[in-house]
Amino acid sequence: MPKDHGIGASIKRREDVRFLTGTGNYTDDINIRGQAHVYFLRSDVAHGRLNKVDTTAASAMPGVIRIFTGADFAGVGGLPCGWQVTDRFGVAMKEPGHPVLAQGKVRHVGDPIAAIVAETLEQARDAAEAIGLDIEELPAVVDMKAAIKDGSALVHDEIGSNLCYDWGFVEDNKAAVDAAIKGAAHVTTLELVNNRLIANPMEPRVAVGDYHRATDESTLYTTSQNPHVIRLLMGAFVLGIPEHKLRVVSPDVGGGFGTKIFHYAEEAFCTFAARKLNRPVKWTSSRSEAFMSDAHGRDHVTKIELALDADHNFVAIRTETYANMGAYLSTFAPSVPTWLHGTLMAGNYKTPHIYVNVKAVFTNTVPVDAYRGAGRPEATYQLERVIDKAARELGVDPIALRRQNFVREFPYQTPVAVVYDTGNYDATMDKLIEMADMAGFPARRAASEAKGRLRGLGVNCYIEACGIAPSNLVGQLGARAGLYESATVRVNATGGIVVMTGSHSHGQGHETAFPQVIAEMLGVDESLVEIVHGDTARGPMGMGTYGSRSLAVGGSAMVRAAEKVLNKAKKIAAHLMEASDQDIEIKDGRFHVAGTDKSVAWGDITLAAYVPHNYPLEDLEPGLEETAFYDPSNFTYPAGAYACEVELDPDTGRVTIERFAAADDFGNIINPMIVSGQVHGGIAQGIGQALLEGAVYDDNGQLLTGSYMDYAMPRATDVPFYSVDHSCVTPCTHNPLGVKGCGEAGAIGSPPAVINAVLDAMNSGGIKIDHIDMPVSPARVWAAIQTAKA
Amino acid sequence: MQLTDSQDIFAPRSDVWAALLSADVLKECVPGCTEMAGNPTDGFEATVVQKVGPVKATFKGAVSLTDRIEGQSLTLSGEGKGGAAGFAKGGAKVRLDDIEGGTRLSYDVEAHVGGKLAQLGSRIIDGFAKKMADDFFTRFKAAVEGPDAVADAAEPEAKKGWLGRVFGKSEPKSET
Repeated sequence: MPKDHGIGASIKRREDVRFLTGTGNYTDDINIRGQAHVYFLRSDVAHGRLNKVDTTAASAMPGVIRIFTGADFAGVGGLPCGWQVTDRFGVAMKEPGHPVLAQGKVRHVGDPIAAIVAETLEQARDAAEAIGLDIEELPAVVDMKAAIKDGSALVHDEIGSNLCYDWGFVEDNKAAVDAAIKGAAHVTTLELVNNRLIANPMEPRVAVGDYHRATDESTLYTTSQNPHVIRLLMGAFVLGIPEHKLRVVSPDVGGGFGTKIFHYAEEAFCTFAARKLNRPVKWTSSRSEAFMSDAHGRDHVTKIELALDADHNFVAIRTETYANMGAYLSTFAPSVPTWLHGTLMAGNYKTPHIYVNVKAVFTNTVPVDAYRGAGRPEATYQLERVIDKAARELGVDPIALRRQNFVREFPYQTPVAVVYDTGNYDATMDKLIEMADMAGFPARRAASEAKGRLRGLGVNCYIEACGIAPSNLVGQLGARAGLYESATVRVNATGGIVVMTGSHSHGQGHETAFPQVIAEMLGVDESLVEIVHGDTARGPMGMGTYGSRSLAVGGSAMVRAAEKVLNKAKKIAAHLMEASDQDIEIKDGRFHVAGTDKSVAWGDITLAAYVPHNYPLEDLEPGLEETAFYDPSNFTYPAGAYACEVELDPDTGRVTIERFAAADDFGNIINPMIVSGQVHGGIAQGIGQALLEGAVYDDNGQLLTGSYMDYAMPRATDVPFYSVDHSCVTPCTHNPLGVKGCGEAGAIGSPPAVINAVLDAMNSGGIKIDHIDMPVSPARVWAAIQTAKA
Repeated sequence: MQLTDSQDIFAPRSDVWAALLSADVLKECVPGCTEMAGNPTDGFEATVVQKVGPVKATFKGAVSLTDRIEGQSLTLSGEGKGGAAGFAKGGAKVRLDDIEGGTRLSYDVEAHVGGKLAQLGSRIIDGFAKKMADDFFTRFKAAVEGPDAVADAAEPEAKKGWLGRVFGKSEPKSET
C-alpha cells in the first residue's frame, strides 16, 4: 500500500485550497491606504538618443503627483548584475550600467523613460501621453553576428563594442579538442537556433512600495522568487537602504519560471518613490508590458561538432554559441550561457575532449536571462540533436549510439569541470523503452501512414546540474552571492511547528512537501507543520527558488534545523523520563525509552520546553527553536530519458504530439504526485518551445510578438496525456535527503525529443532533411517539405 | 513592409502633379485624415484616425515632400505618432509617366510601425499598409479625374477581395 503520510506519500497540495478557490493573496491583492499608482512611459523605439523629456504639461494634468525621469536617479545606483564572467583571455566581461529609468539613451522597446505617479492609474496613463519626447532614433542592433562586426551601431557607446564576453571553456583544452576533431573518423556538424522565449507566468509582475517615515522603514511587496535576494540587491546596490530598514515581501506568486528571479527597475522605483513621496506607490504590469519588460529566455545561435571514432565512440565535442544578452545585463544573465550551459555539454556521455565557446552579445532587445532550465536546455538540445544527426549519418540506432557512450562509472569527472556523483542512465533508458511502448511503434506508424500521415519517434537523454550551488565554487566562477539556503524550525508550546524557509514557493507545492519531511523526522502529523516563506521579516536569510534547488538546498537546511530540534527534544524527553537521551527513540508519534514501556508525547516535550518547571535548566536553554544554514558540497545531477511520438500531416505541415514518455531519476522523492506535476508542467513548456513559442523582433528592433495573438502559448489541446515515471532512483550522495530536484527537467528534456521525432517522421516519408529550427510551426514544416522535394 | 504598384490616371501629368502638392487633395485622399495643413515647401501637418487590427488611435504627424523633380517624381515621407498606440512611419517614392490619354503614377511604398502597433498588429500590418496605399491612390485617381470617373475607378473586380475571386459568386464561409 502506498504511504499516506511522511516522505513518499502523494498528499494533496494544501495550498491548492486557496489557489483553486480564489482566496490566494497575490501582490496585486495588496492595497495600502493612500496608495498612489505609477505608470511607466516606455520607449517605443529600439534604440535612440534621448534628447529631451518634457514633463511640464503632463505634470499639470489632473491627479498627477510627480513625474520621475532618469535625472531623478542620477545619484542612485543602477540595477546590479549578480554574476561576473571572465572571458577566455582572462578579462572581466563588459558590464555597462543599467539605470532604473533611461538616461541618455533608450536601448530597447519597453525601456522605461519616465514614471508618472498619480492618484489613479488612468490619470497616470493620460499624463504619460502629454509627455514631450525628443528621441533621435539610432540604427537598431538586432542580429547577434552583425552586432559584433566592425561598424555596427553600439548599444552601449562607452564599452566600444557589442561583445559582452568571449568565453572559452575549458580554454586550456582547446588545442586537444581541435586535434581530436581533426583526427576523428567522423564529424557531425549541426547549426541551430535555440529560440527566444517569453516566460509568461500567469500572474504578471507587480510591485508596491511603502514607507513609514516615523521608523524610516521601507517595505516592498513584489512578485519575486527570492525576496531576500531582492532586499540585498536593491538595498545594498541601488537605493542604499540597510537590511534592517528594508523588508521585502513576496506573498502568493502566480508562477515564476525564472523570470521573477531578477531585480527589476519597477521594484526599485516603487520603493524609491514611496520614500520620496511618503506615500505607498503601486505598479501592476499589464500583459503588454510583461512582453516587453520581463526578462526573456534562451536566444542562442549555435554550431556544434561531434567527433566519433571508427567504432562510434564520442571523441570530442566543440561548440560555438552566440548568446543574446539583450540591451542590459539582467541579474544572472552572464551565468546562463556559461556556467549553466558549458558545464553540461558532456551530457550523459563519456566524451574525453570538450570545448565550449560562447560569445555574449548586446542587442537592442529586452534583456535575456534564466528561464526554466536556464542554459541546460540549450546544452541538452544541441547535444541531443547532434547525436541524432550523427546516428542518421552513420546509419545506426540512435538509442544504441547513446547507450554505447553512456557514463557508467560514478563519480564521473567530466572534461567540463563538474563531477557527477551518481546516476544510472541505462535504467532510465530501459524504463523509457517500456513506457513508450517502442515495440508497438511500427504498427502505430503503419496506422498513421494508412491515413496519409507520417509518424516519428524521437528519443533523447538529458542531465542537468541542480541544487545550485556550492558557494565557494560559484564564488570562483564569478557569482557575487552565496548559494546556500537557511531555515528556522520553531516549535510552539503546544506542539505546533512553523518552518521558516528561504525557499519561496510559487506553484511548487513546498507548503505540502516540506511538512512531509518534518513529519517523517519528528514523528508528528503534517497538519502540525506550517511553512512560512516569502517575507524577509519572518524568516532568516534566503537565496530563493530557482535551479531546482528548493528541496535539495532549502530542504536540506530544514533537515539540519530539524535535526537540532530533534536532538534537543530527545534531551528534554530523557529528562522527563529520567533516562539517557541516547536511549530515546520515536515510535508511533511518541518518544520512548528504548526497551521500556516509558514514553512521553510530543506535546509533553514542547510544553516542558516553554513551561520549564521540570526542566534541566542548568544544561539546556528553554524553548525549542533552531536555525540552520546549508551550503551544498556539489550540484545534484537529475538525469533521464525522454521519448516523443508525433504525427505529421505532410499536406499541411501540422505536427501533433501523440505520445510523450519521461523516465527521470530525481533521487529520492518526497511527494510523487507533486513531482509528476512538475514534470508535466516542464514538458508542456518544452513542447511550447518546440512547436509554438518564439519571440520575434524585426530589423528595427520592434517586438512583433507582443501579445497572445502572435506569441503562441501551448494549450491543453497541444499536449498529450503524459506518461511519467520517477521510479529509477539513484539517491544524491551528498545531501541529507538524497534528493536531486525536479523543477526544470521537463523543460530541459523535451524539446530535443520533439524535434528528433519530427525529423524521424519526415525522413520516414522520404523527406531527406537533417534539421529544422524551433518552433516547428506548420508553415515551417510545410516549407521544409517543399524545399526538400524541390 | 514594401510594396510597388501603379495607377493609370486619365488626366494630364501637370494636373496630377499639382494634385500631389495640394493639402486639400491629400486630406481628401489619405484614409482617415481629419486634418491636413501646410504646403509642399514647408511640409504638411496631418491628423489621421485609423484602426489597425485591435489598435485604434489618432496619429499626429508631419509629412514632407523631398527629391522633387517638377512634374516627374517626388518622395513623400511622414511619421505619425499615436501616443500609447505607438507610431507608424513610411514613405512613398512617386513617379509620373505619360501614357496614352493620361498619366501613369508609379509608387514604391515603404512602411514601418513601432510600439504597440508592432506588438499587436504586426501580423496584419502588411495587409493594412497595402490597403492604405491602395485606398490612397484609388481616391487620388478619383479626385484628379473628377466625380464622373469615380464609378469607373471603383470597378467591381478591383473591390472584390481574394476570397471573392477564389469563390466567385458563391458565399464565402465566414472566417474569424
